[in-house]
Amino acid sequence: MLISEGMEMTAGTIYLDNASTTPLRKGVLDAMMPFLTEGYGNPASIHPMGKAPRDAVAHARESVASLIAADPSEIYFTSGGSESDSWALKSVVLGPHSRGNHVIVSSIEHHAILNTCSYLRSMGVDVTYLPVDKDGLIDPAVVEDSIRSDTAIISVMTANNEIGSIQPIQEIGKIAHEHGVLFHTDAVQAYGQIDLNVTRDNIDLLSASAHKLGGPKGVGFLYVRKGIRLDPLIHGGEQERGIRGGTTNVPGVVGFGKAAELASISMRENSEHERMLRDHLVSRVLDEIPYTKLNGHPTSRLPGNANISFAFVEGESLLMSMAMKGICVSTGSACASGSLDPSHVLLAIGLDHATAHGSLRFTVSSENTMEEIDHTVEVLKEVVGRLRAMSPLYEDYLRNEVKEKG
Amino acid sequence: MYDGVYSEKVIDHFTNPRNVGEIEDADGVGTVGNAKCGDIMRIYLDIDHETQIIKDCKFKTFGCGAAVATSSMATEMVKGKTIQEALKVTNKAVMEALDGLPQVKIHCSLLAEEAVHAALWDYAERNGIKIDGLKRPKKDVHDGEE
Ligand SMILES: Cc1ncc(COP(=O)(O)O)c(C=O)c1O
Repeated sequence: MLISEGMEMTAGTIYLDNASTTPLRKGVLDAMMPFLTEGYGNPASIHPMGKAPRDAVAHARESVASLIAADPSEIYFTSGGSESDSWALKSVVLGPHSRGNHVIVSSIEHHAILNTCSYLRSMGVDVTYLPVDKDGLIDPAVVEDSIRSDTAIISVMTANNEIGSIQPIQEIGKIAHEHGVLFHTDAVQAYGQIDLNVTRDNIDLLSASAHKLGGPKGVGFLYVRKGIRLDPLIHGGEQERGIRGGTTNVPGVVGFGKAAELASISMRENSEHERMLRDHLVSRVLDEIPYTKLNGHPTSRLPGNANISFAFVEGESLLMSMAMKGICVSTGSACASGSLDPSHVLLAIGLDHATAHGSLRFTVSSENTMEEIDHTVEVLKEVVGRLRAMSPLYEDYLRNEVKEKG
Repeated sequence: MYDGVYSEKVIDHFTNPRNVGEIEDADGVGTVGNAKCGDIMRIYLDIDHETQIIKDCKFKTFGCGAAVATSSMATEMVKGKTIQEALKVTNKAVMEALDGLPQVKIHCSLLAEEAVHAALWDYAERNGIKIDGLKRPKKDVHDGEE
């Protein structure tokens, strides 16, 4: 825990860190409960105890598939987004069914992709990292220029976890297919948030994770287009058509299915609400706190995401000050995560180090209210003011201002 | 978020930092750290030339919670001390006074020690004197994008 081991979620807590993880949505726990209790059977069992779990997993597979207009047989349940990402990349370049020795990814991928790429490089695979523009978007023309005869796969995330930018995946997928290259997208942040269609969007492989849309942690899936042959990452039994071993996480999968079902019903309405809250937050902060700036694309971004730089102050001390007032946000500032470099995403969109260090991510959910957002802005004004008053960078800035004017 | 957690003392010094601010016409000013690491500390000293006692000490810090807390504690510890006594306020002493820091934050306490030394070096240079046991501070970078 950030502040102290015993810090608990209290009634006054305002949770604006939904890109990190979400609470279980109403109804999800109820759907899971029978499979944590009397319905404990193994879905692979032929005896009667296997039947209810087997049916429930099949139903969940349909639910998660329908949200991306996929066939249930193209869904492979995993332990989450990281496994799906690792699996997708490793299995198409390493091993007996390798499709080539070159991988193209964006430079702002999640570490589940980037660290998989580092590993692939250590195995002799070539990796091209695509730059992004100042809004965090990939230029499809640059993707096309990067394709080589030995390119196995292009992997570009649907939406970024830090700045929320939504990539032109449909165009990127089209280019990939014109060159006979597979297209994978990490949709962990986008799944259940925005409309996705694997056929329309030219997607061959797609990663998703339950805990970002009100499902439980530790369960996700990899969508694999029919006809693509993948080697397993986890070797084991015949589960998941024999390419992902391990006794099925029945309660997790069922919870994921329920969360997907709920998302398909309420996605439009919820994203409208999130967008309204987010826009209110952004406009108030930019209007009322000087020297602030919104990171990421102004419109092509996830409805609930705001990432804002506060000049002259450092992110962790901002985050801590907010946390002490019961407001949960996050930072790409890396001091916090133990490495000294600021977020690779913020550097990739061209922020200087000081600005990148002074950035906060706010990710709202449909559960948040306007009052919470207004309260957050009031606290931010106070906290930023206090931290600026003790910032040597702000002091230097003001001094230079005086010099220039005088 | 990190392996360890912040002690109550760190939280206290972060929430209510002592000696924040500037000293006008300070006798010595030192700035250390750089934006790349995300920590910049500036220490101001007011020194009695006769007695060599640090009469006042203030700081400004751009940095994480640990950076703010160590700045605050370091200023508390050198205030009222002679220059020679202040030189004995090591990063270890500051850290102990804060009941420890998480492993990944230890560099912050080093910065506080360096900032005090840099301010003392500045004082010595301005007055053309030599302070026994004080080494030239590391480069005074504060925009370092290098
Ligand atoms: C874009 C993206 N990819 C992958 C992951 C990893 O997902 P999981 O936590 O399910 O392993 C996350 C979650 O932090 C993410 O935001």
